[in-house]
Amino acid sequence: MNCEEATKLMDGYLDSELDPITSQKIEQHLRECPKCDQAYKIHGSLIRVIGNATPYYKAPAELREQIQSSLRDAVGAKDKGGIGQPGQLSVPRPQGERRPVLSHVPWNWLALAAAIMSGALITAVFLPRMRPPNADQFLATQLIASHVRSLMANHLMDVPSSDQHTVKPWLDAKLDFAAPVADLSSQGFPLIGGRLDYLNNHSVAALVYQKRKHFINLFIWPTTPEDSTAQTMVEREGYHLVHWSDGDFTYWAVSDVNPSDLQNFKQLFEQQTARH
Amino acid sequence: MALPLKAAHASETEDFESSRNIVKFTVFKGSDQNHAQKAELASFEEALLPHLDAAHNLARWLLRNEQDAEDVVQEAYLRAFKSFGGFHGSNGRAWLLTIVRNTSYTLLKKNSAADLTTTFDDEIHAPGHESVSPATILENSEDAELIREAMDELPAEFREILVLRHQEGLSYKEIADIAQIPPGTVMSRLARARGKLKEYLAARIGKEK
Repeated sequence: MNCEEATKLMDGYLDSELDPITSQKIEQHLRECPKCDQAYKIHGSLIRVIGNATPYYKAPAELREQIQSSLRDAVGAKDKGGIGQPGQLSVPRPQGERRPVLSHVPWNWLALAAAIMSGALITAVFLPRMRPPNADQFLATQLIASHVRSLMANHLMDVPSSDQHTVKPWLDAKLDFAAPVADLSSQGFPLIGGRLDYLNNHSVAALVYQKRKHFINLFIWPTTPEDSTAQTMVEREGYHLVHWSDGDFTYWAVSDVNPSDLQNFKQLFEQQTARH
Repeated sequence: MALPLKAAHASETEDFESSRNIVKFTVFKGSDQNHAQKAELASFEEALLPHLDAAHNLARWLLRNEQDAEDVVQEAYLRAFKSFGGFHGSNGRAWLLTIVRNTSYTLLKKNSAADLTTTFDDEIHAPGHESVSPATILENSEDAELIREAMDELPAEFREILVLRHQEGLSYKEIADIAQIPPGTVMSRLARARGKLKEYLAARIGKEK
């Protein structure tokens, strides 16, 4: 090993990060070269002394408390989401509970612009028909609330059956309309039951499908003049809502599966029921 | 009245002010969910709160500002908690420091981009310090304030690597993971950082004389 190589490897050697063979070569060179040996010694002691003398900024005690408290808030917010009452679901976001810690920074105006743009895009693509916002929000809130409620307290199904010929008659008997029921188990969405639900002041059918470990609630009711016939896909609070209509019935599928699965589900359901 | 969601609402969910606050709204079926969350928090705190000083020290050196450092560390802990489920490694400190480092850089980039990469400061590199011998540097190198000033003049990538190696004693492999550079680059960057730090120290000592 020559001086140039030894100089290049100096830091790795002093940090004991070189392989044993290279280390041995360096040691041999240092024994033979007083100049390099001297340079190594000086560099080594400087690194050590500087390293030791560099101020170490310990965290102030209040910071630990702040972090613990904001972590508790984060958990508390999750709790609220899990066990909240339906009425709370319209505001599941814990406002102010998690301090936006970088708020004194001009935090990314691009993000704001992007948010506005994507909002506008959603408007343009999915929501051509303008409706009173309160009613819209109300329905979405109700749908998610109903979905959430159905997954709690063992009220997912009134009629647990994977047989559409059991679920359909049961629902028909309870409702004043005959909701279409499709069996999609061969396509990866097994029907696991049906349920009566109540939305927008009328009884609706809720079909429960499964996709892997996730559930899909499909709400069905006869289309009324107020119902939109436009297809909609909305994301809210981590849920996806897909809406479509076939003239007779209005459908809303709600789930936490990914959007493409939910779209796929919608298409399969449409294909199946179109044949009936 | 069944109506589609309207734009006003859609943009509200995308709303930037709260977007960083969105807690994924998860449904739990069991009644012991509350319990599970508390247990998760407890194991998170047990694994990562011991590294609070390391997190704070790195953020403080990177940002050179106490308030920013505290904000970043708090943000980093919340981020870490959110993705704690995906953390299966044993090296909690390196994992946390990676998040602290990335959060710090996000803020640094907002404040000024100039600081991030290696720049050669001709003024500090002014002639004169060549006369300062290594022995003189060594004599002064226990002066914490002098070291702090010299460190603060270094670019962020040098401050970062010096903190991780000198103060945290991390291996080159760990440093490569945290700083997101190839392992082969660690030694050369560390050498350059040390060389630059020595230069800056020499320049300061030379000026004081």
